[in-house]
Amino acid sequence: MKSDVARFWRAIPQRYNLIGNQCGSCEKIFFPPREACPDCRRKSIGKMKDYKLNGKGKIVTYTIIHVGPEDFEKQIPYSIAIINLDEGPCITAQIVDCKPKDIKIDMKVESTFRKIQQDGHLGAIYYGYKFKPVEIKQ
Amino acid sequence: MRDVAIIGIGLTQFGELWDKSFRQLIAEAGASAILDAGISGKEIDAMYVGSMSSGRFVGQEHVGALVADVSGFSQMHIPSTRVEGACASGGLAVRQGYLSIASGINDIVIVGGIEKMNDVGGVSATETLATASDQEWEAFFGATFPGLYAMIAKRHMYEYGTTKKQLAQVAVKNHANGALNPNAQYKKPISLEYAMNATMVADPLGLMDCAPVSDGAASIVLCAADIAKKYTKKSVKIIGSGQGSDTLALHARRDICTLDATVHAGKMAYKQAKITPKNINLAEVHDCFTIAEICAIEDLGFVKKGEGGKAVENKITTLDGSLPVNTSGGLKSKGHPVGATGVAQIVEITQQLRGEARKRQVKDARIGLTHNVGGSGATCVVHILEVA
Repeated sequence: MKSDVARFWRAIPQRYNLIGNQCGSCEKIFFPPREACPDCRRKSIGKMKDYKLNGKGKIVTYTIIHVGPEDFEKQIPYSIAIINLDEGPCITAQIVDCKPKDIKIDMKVESTFRKIQQDGHLGAIYYGYKFKPVEIKQ
Repeated sequence: MRDVAIIGIGLTQFGELWDKSFRQLIAEAGASAILDAGISGKEIDAMYVGSMSSGRFVGQEHVGALVADVSGFSQMHIPSTRVEGACASGGLAVRQGYLSIASGINDIVIVGGIEKMNDVGGVSATETLATASDQEWEAFFGATFPGLYAMIAKRHMYEYGTTKKQLAQVAVKNHANGALNPNAQYKKPISLEYAMNATMVADPLGLMDCAPVSDGAASIVLCAADIAKKYTKKSVKIIGSGQGSDTLALHARRDICTLDATVHAGKMAYKQAKITPKNINLAEVHDCFTIAEICAIEDLGFVKKGEGGKAVENKITTLDGSLPVNTSGGLKSKGHPVGATGVAQIVEITQQLRGEARKRQVKDARIGLTHNVGGSGATCVVHILEVA
């Protein structure tokens, strides 16, 4: 079903590099990038500039998925969270490199480039961001 | 604007209906509504049909025309329009019918809501429901539909101390009500223990926190209020209609625990009806997940933000409570054929206001509210009904 839907394999640079955009009028930052700022609307048209996010943020909420779609079956149980990035926007992503039971609201996390899903055994691989706990330096 | 009345209602059995097709179900619901309204059918000016995803569930699009055809209207050539807004498709169809009469364009309109979800397997049904979320920025990363509501629940627990037990109490209450509804998918009460220990779907939501996959259809006949008496003595008036929208993705909302689309639609409907939440005697709210009912009673103004869980625990929303919610059994127990749900909610409130709800009748019910949500809260429709 999915392999013939372009949105899954189309090149979406924002998915690999966490590039959002910023309203040239109020300076609010968005991810994913928006065509217009919902606050400034017409004042923002033509003034939206690319903005590279630093990939750091904290967990607003999360869940552990126990019943998932076919493409994610092998990963069950896996965690999904909403992360509030330092620059303002919130995004949805998996939390990896830690046990589900160790995930907490307000925990600090950072983005990491990973494989997200694959079309069957030998099909196209889709990449994107996941998040992992920020390592505490000794 | 003209006043609009509901003069006829029709509802099929909800459940896993292996022996009935999509077209049989909607024709059955429509015929019941027409018979109930006391009209012949020739008076109908237009038709609106709510269906979320007939294309993916039964491989059939263009269902506006199909439903007019199987309902016997093909020779009349009436305008028939399909309306889509995910799980709020039914409520949106009701609102389109309502607006077309209020505006003076039509006098009598039939509205249908339908979904036949069991013609595809469980995995397919889940994937189709997930199309109501943001495919590029939520589903792509593995977020499921229960997963999104689970994240609302987790945050609600964190901010307001809502408990898993309070979530389970929503399911227990709705099953107790559904047990009294002959059209319900599950006519069986469940214990608190059973609800709390059900298989985990998306932490903290277990199987008993989730509405089922269902087949079913519902229909209503709407009529300009000034001519309703010609057809029936038991009409119910629509005194408020509101609709709201929000970001498709949950993560982009102002507040994870508030459905601003519900707040907006509610305010619009209350303002039109010139009433406050205190005037509502009973409500059918969109409990696709138990947490959704808790958010709904808060966002509709029945209780303060954060007090929904407590309200359920204190039995305010039970059949004999001060504000009965989901007397039909709700989506959880009555079933949730997505396109039918918003229309079926109107059917339940109409039955209650007519005093025809039998074992689940709410005493002295005069004003009732329906609340239908699409996706994780990107679309919401609210209607307020009053005894005519």
